[in-house]
Amino acid sequence: MTALYQQYRNQILFSLMAGLLILVALIQSLSVSLTILNLCLISAIMALGVNIQWGYAGLFNVGVMGFAALGGLAGVLISMPPVSDAWQAGGFGILLGLVITIGTVVTCLFAWSRIQHLRRQRYWIIAVIIISGYALLRIFFDPGVDAVESINPSVTGYLGGLDLPILVAWPVGALFAAGIAFVIGKIALGLRSDYLAIATLGISEIIIFFIKNEEWLTRGVKNVNGLPRPVPYEIDLQQAQWFQDWAMAVGMPVDDSSAVFVKICYALLFIAVIGILLWLSETALKSPWGRMMRAIRDNETAAAAMGKDVTWQHLRVFVLGSAVIGLAGAMLTTLDGQFTPVGYNPLRFTFLIWVMVIIGGSGNNWGAVLGGFFIWFFWIEAEPIGLWLINALTSGMDPQSAVRAHLLEGAAHMRLMTVGIILLLTLRYAPEGLIPEKKRL
Amino acid sequence: MTDFFNALTLLGNFLIIPGLTYGSQLALGALGVTLVYGVLRFSNFGHGETMAFGAMVTILVTWGLQSLGLSIQPLPTALLAIPVGILATVVLTLLIDRFVYRYHRERKANPVIFLIVSIGVMFFLGGLIRFIIGPGDQIFFDGTRFILKAREFKQMTGLNEGLSLKMTQAVTIITAVIIVAAMFWFLNHTRTGKSMRAYSDNENLALLSGINPDRVVLITWILVAALATIAGTLYGLDKSFKPFVYMQLLLPIFASAIVGGVGNPIGAIAGGYVIAFSELILTFAYKKVVLYLGPDNMELESLVQFLGTDYKIAVSFIILVIVLIIKPTGLFSGKTI
Repeated sequence: MTALYQQYRNQILFSLMAGLLILVALIQSLSVSLTILNLCLISAIMALGVNIQWGYAGLFNVGVMGFAALGGLAGVLISMPPVSDAWQAGGFGILLGLVITIGTVVTCLFAWSRIQHLRRQRYWIIAVIIISGYALLRIFFDPGVDAVESINPSVTGYLGGLDLPILVAWPVGALFAAGIAFVIGKIALGLRSDYLAIATLGISEIIIFFIKNEEWLTRGVKNVNGLPRPVPYEIDLQQAQWFQDWAMAVGMPVDDSSAVFVKICYALLFIAVIGILLWLSETALKSPWGRMMRAIRDNETAAAAMGKDVTWQHLRVFVLGSAVIGLAGAMLTTLDGQFTPVGYNPLRFTFLIWVMVIIGGSGNNWGAVLGGFFIWFFWIEAEPIGLWLINALTSGMDPQSAVRAHLLEGAAHMRLMTVGIILLLTLRYAPEGLIPEKKRL
Repeated sequence: MTDFFNALTLLGNFLIIPGLTYGSQLALGALGVTLVYGVLRFSNFGHGETMAFGAMVTILVTWGLQSLGLSIQPLPTALLAIPVGILATVVLTLLIDRFVYRYHRERKANPVIFLIVSIGVMFFLGGLIRFIIGPGDQIFFDGTRFILKAREFKQMTGLNEGLSLKMTQAVTIITAVIIVAAMFWFLNHTRTGKSMRAYSDNENLALLSGINPDRVVLITWILVAALATIAGTLYGLDKSFKPFVYMQLLLPIFASAIVGGVGNPIGAIAGGYVIAFSELILTFAYKKVVLYLGPDNMELESLVQFLGTDYKIAVSFIILVIVLIIKPTGLFSGKTI
């Protein structure tokens, strides 16, 4: 029995997952099941990104949220129509600000390379450059920002985007995340593993702060709604003749079937992306490069002694993994059709993804995908299950009793506790996860 | 001259007193993180939730005491309830250590594995807290709100600006001073404290000289639980208790511990104040101060502010990143208690 399980483990686990989704389609509705499936797919891609960093290279990145948000930002900047009034009013100031920022950074880097011989004074010189650059920035940048944000603030109040198809935003989101990851990696990868964790956690919070507060770019907490879609709109489908015929043939009401159709379109897009990513990651893992990454992960000193540039390889893999997370972030915004900076919290976007990777099986791409599916499914369905469970357990109690009311109210928080317990149990009894990394001899 | 005193009062009221209060809360939190790091050698992501748990028990006991009519006017009743909160948190941390951390410690797991384990603990505790007390805001402060009111101060001194001192601020600062002093006395002058320092400094040497590692771990968790409960309760008294906030607090606490030099208690305290004051100094609007100090007919349009108030929490991370680049060991090179 166990031997059979060992042999067909992947197939069994994935069919189990498919069975769960079908069960939801039967009990709740097909639409709910597809919604869960779509988010499962996106979570699986984020988990793949984390797995590239952690499973391949042992890098502990707790900044997943920040990279996902950058990907989401790309969705806005690529797909929304530009606000020409805002560009006219404050575009010059903002562009000048951008130039000043780049100029300051370049001056800093240049000065830093030239003043290494000045031991103590060099910090002061850099500080002076940064402060004067910042003052200059504020002088030109602030009026521009004010001008942009005052243009019809309830509808726009920001610069808008490039009005390109939103699918373009996916690779751009990956690029955004990769760019920031490069900078972070340059700063933090030389540090000890837990410093990297805290540094990435901090930087991801800074990214969210930036996105929430720089309204000229992102509309901040006012959200950006109505992002264009890569798939047809329900309303158009309902009016199309071919779709009405199709709905008739399937035997579902037109409005239900249009929602389902849209979700299936998304799911197919996402499955295509995840398929390509899985193929790429598996190929990379089997290649000499993958072998080298594992060697570095398992023994850095030995790998360095063999002439491998550990820091450079770490940086590469960090950038790659972050790019995958950024891609998933852009896909998430596309699916939501809106960009809501307040929605990014570390519990949901960082730590939950980590739980997915650990439980799925770190170092194994299929494991990460499966973990993404299982944990997201559980995260969504824990609430109805918990509610049902507590209802059943307390059905003997007085319906007016305060204890029962409290328990029912608390059921929503059971999932946090359960995820924690699952994580702790996995780490103790099955540290390799559901699908362990393949043993290579 | 009055202008000068007005400016000084303004700074005192909006910068120095809030900075000392917030700094004390961060320092107590960072002390707990640093102790875990020094003795158990991992970054404890569950510390924020431990603080929230301690505060939660304290709140529940406070409500009990309030309903019994017990109080220690003018001090907040929560001070009476803290010992119970500490006791409950000690039991909790020891249970968690017994059933979670000990297994990994015996296997000498990688620090990163400990870190992930502590994330699991964070999830568990977060759920437990929300399950017991709910995710909402809880106000449990009673007693006198102000020791010194701004209006009274103005009448007393005849200045334009008022200086006010809230009861919670005074309680926080005084408690922090007492706890920190007791902590250092314990670490430097008792046998147990010395054995903890020895264990943190060089584990093998400490084991060789007959120090019982289980006892050191036990004492560490007890101290950490006590510090976490006190820090959590003081923060809750001063601001308000909301489970979510404690997770956010984790980051400035880590920043304090690292900026000071993780593993070093003096560093943790210094780091707490450095973080708190830089947050306030960088986001404070100096307009009025400049107007007081400048020539009489001076006019100013801007707020004279380095960063918008929205960026308050981001400041701690920016400092953290700068310290990580320039001096990763922190201001007081850490790693030993």
